Amino acid sequence: MKPTGNTLDATFAALADPTRRAILARLATGEATVSELAAPFAMTQPAISKHLKVLERAGLITRGREAQRRPRKLEPRPLAEATDWIERYRKIWEANYQRLDALLQSMKSTQRKAVDQLINEGKPKSKKRKSQ
Amino acid sequence: MTKTETLKLTTPTDRDAVITRVVDAPRGMVFDAHTKPELVRRWLLGPPGWTMPVCEIDLRVGGTYRYEWRSADGETMGMGGRFTEVVRPSRIAATQVFDQDWTGGETIVSTDIVEKNGKSTITTTVRFPSREARDAALQTGMTTGMEAGYERLEDLLKEIARG
Repeated sequence: MKPTGNTLDATFAALADPTRRAILARLATGEATVSELAAPFAMTQPAISKHLKVLERAGLITRGREAQRRPRKLEPRPLAEATDWIERYRKIWEANYQRLDALLQSMKSTQRKAVDQLINEGKPKSKKRKSQ
Repeated sequence: MTKTETLKLTTPTDRDAVITRVVDAPRGMVFDAHTKPELVRRWLLGPPGWTMPVCEIDLRVGGTYRYEWRSADGETMGMGGRFTEVVRPSRIAATQVFDQDWTGGETIVSTDIVEKNGKSTITTTVRFPSREARDAALQTGMTTGMEAGYERLEDLLKEIARG
């Protein structure tokens, strides 16, 4: 229930772009260099670098030490935190509606009882209806 | 026992998330369950173990509401806002801000209730402050497993029936 707002904001903002999600999906299979990451996209390397910066700032990826290649690598934790938050959000909706079902069911049975009571109370007084 | 209804989630526009759920009750009852504090606090509770010590509702256009929840180990969470539309028994709309502003600003939550053959379809539209905020909330798999878990409903209903 208590996500750290700023981290989540950065994570979610970073994830709200199809190119960046594709990059993350690629990095989920192993580390890769900027040119390797750029290869599947019709985008310049600087454009890809821009996306990488957003992902880096969100803590979703890090750079390897290797001086020349500097391969990017996925950092699983922020992503797990974000997924965790959404999972809770979804569960809350589910749990709430299950309780609403139960509440409505009990409201209906209360109403039915009240109607039955009215009918029963009315019975002794009710005269036979005149036949037409 | 009837089969549990499923929750549906769609994104018809850039900033909206729409959650739809059918319940087995007429819409007047569903409207009450959404707007009367003594009923709201019986179901709008979130994860297991949470209660709703504060549930204040001033049900009129411009009226405010305030909800606060507490977990078994004392964690608290709160939110509130202002009603922008109140049309009994079919529609409620209100602004909504969580105390720990998760959504990056005010969301607008509207609830439409349509009745057919004694069952009501509840459509909740959450309008996020930006496309980013909405997408963020949805794209990391919010829909996966959306339908799981409803089987437990049967047990709940049985429990209520046993009283």
